[in-house]
Amino acid sequence: MSELTQLTLAEARDALKARKLSARELTDAHLAAVEAARPLNTFLKETPDRAREMAKASDERLVREEGGPLEGLPLGIKDLYCTEGVETTAASRILQNFVPPYESTVTSQLWRDGAVMLGKLNLDEFAMGSSNETSAYGPVVSPWRRSGSDAKLVPGGSSGGSAAAVAARLCLGATATDTGGSIRQPAAFTGTVGIKPTYGRCSRWGIVAFASSLDQAGPITRTVRDAAIMLRSMAGSDPKDSTSVDRAVPDYEAAIGRSIKGKKIGIPKEYRLDGMSGEIEALWQSGIAWLRGAGAEIVDISLPHTKQALPAYYIVAPAEASSNLARYDGVRYGLRVPGKDVVEMYEKTRAEGFGREVRRRIMIGTYVLSAGYYDAYYLRAQKVRTLIKRDFEEAFGKGVDAILTPATPSAAFAIGEKGSADPVEMYLNDIFTVTVNMAGLPGIAVPGGIDKDGLPLGLQLIGRPFDEEMLFSLAQVIEEAAPKMPWPERWW
Amino acid sequence: MSVDTATVRRIAHLSRIAVKDEEVAHLQTELNAILDFVEQLRGIDVEGIEPMTSVMPMQLKKRQDEVTDGFVADEIVANAPRREDHFFVVPKVVE
Repeated sequence: MSELTQLTLAEARDALKARKLSARELTDAHLAAVEAARPLNTFLKETPDRAREMAKASDERLVREEGGPLEGLPLGIKDLYCTEGVETTAASRILQNFVPPYESTVTSQLWRDGAVMLGKLNLDEFAMGSSNETSAYGPVVSPWRRSGSDAKLVPGGSSGGSAAAVAARLCLGATATDTGGSIRQPAAFTGTVGIKPTYGRCSRWGIVAFASSLDQAGPITRTVRDAAIMLRSMAGSDPKDSTSVDRAVPDYEAAIGRSIKGKKIGIPKEYRLDGMSGEIEALWQSGIAWLRGAGAEIVDISLPHTKQALPAYYIVAPAEASSNLARYDGVRYGLRVPGKDVVEMYEKTRAEGFGREVRRRIMIGTYVLSAGYYDAYYLRAQKVRTLIKRDFEEAFGKGVDAILTPATPSAAFAIGEKGSADPVEMYLNDIFTVTVNMAGLPGIAVPGGIDKDGLPLGLQLIGRPFDEEMLFSLAQVIEEAAPKMPWPERWW
Repeated sequence: MSVDTATVRRIAHLSRIAVKDEEVAHLQTELNAILDFVEQLRGIDVEGIEPMTSVMPMQLKKRQDEVTDGFVADEIVANAPRREDHFFVVPKVVE
């Protein structure tokens, strides 16, 4: 494996700028790594020709000293982001062969800033899943393995391809999306850093919609600094997304290394679950000790509606999904299965085009929105959502700067191990992350330790709206203090 | 609340998803597992609580009422599974 793929995004950026390295060399090294890692099934589509073209243009700009903030840096793109002229499938059969005639706002900003696209990354179908096993194109295999075992593990989901590709050093960073934990949970499972920014921070335009009031774009990278660099390019207001917020994008990287002395960190007692493993509790305590050691003040807080977040999510998200996914009807794009009339054509197309989990969620969403059930389910869930948000507002109102929790209830599990009998078993993976989406807040997952099998465990920090800078400062303290974990050596 | 097989079929039809007879029982079990799970919300007091309608409190943006896009019919139909000129082709709808 080439040394060039071991660089962090920030190191590569600095080496390119100092002309110690060319974008072409860096891209070629990553393209070779991508090709060699096909057994992991991280990429749904490799775009080597485009990558080399973009790298060449980057080298020309770097020579003229006109390079952008991400000039020449090879990235992977979750296949939920529409990319002009490059197949975008959302890992669904129903969008097989769909070639967008437009570019998502977030990716267009990455290219504006000079980044190089290596290809499109695997995910759970329509981002619905926590293990990347619902992809119509097969599961992603994590580069991590339990010590002394070669059982194939999941990288988490839905941004499983993004997290696995970053952990396997196939790209310097990757785009991801998070509706209930889809950035933070896979980041925690793969020892990477993932941030879901505040709702409205990044434009959702051109990203295949799942649940529009919860979806947010964000990066997955190997370091906190790299995440800060990528988010700056991804964020910003966009006239094409009316929920994107008109607010200047700060230089997030400048927040790295800022003192956290005197910052108030809330520890919510409701996150201490019955039957929580001792390892997760110990991880949490380490996080507390590291932040306290850097001068932060630790306070106990209460978020009383934590327990209701996941059930409310499994009403709101499927409801919005059932509406968003109504567009896949076999008429305008994607798969069509013929029928004797238009209704049969719709029904057969959708039965064949959507996988099991997606069909299940559309049906749940349809049910909770249907006449006679709307008030009992959907309206009640939206009211509970107000209560969840209020819990956070009260904590922040008392001067809490950020909240520290575990990112996931366990380390990564094996492919096929969870959720086959009861879908709810899989849903419980998002128990610590989903509150953040319900309240629209920013949350970051950062590696904090290892479990008994040598697998990474992550901590989560939750911030005030639009205070991603605080999260980067705090996460970097944890990153520094946490035991260093070597990246998995290549076995694939 | 739990759903019976007739309800499963009705939801599937409302969702425009064809289900085979042999799938109904299994779907019923899965949907009921999820509905059981969300049942926890029933005990929460939501009296007088406004439902969340906007994640971040903000005024909906407005813009000038003018044409900013269009005249791209070729692109719009480019991905259609069946098309003729600039039309999407569907099975006969009107007798």
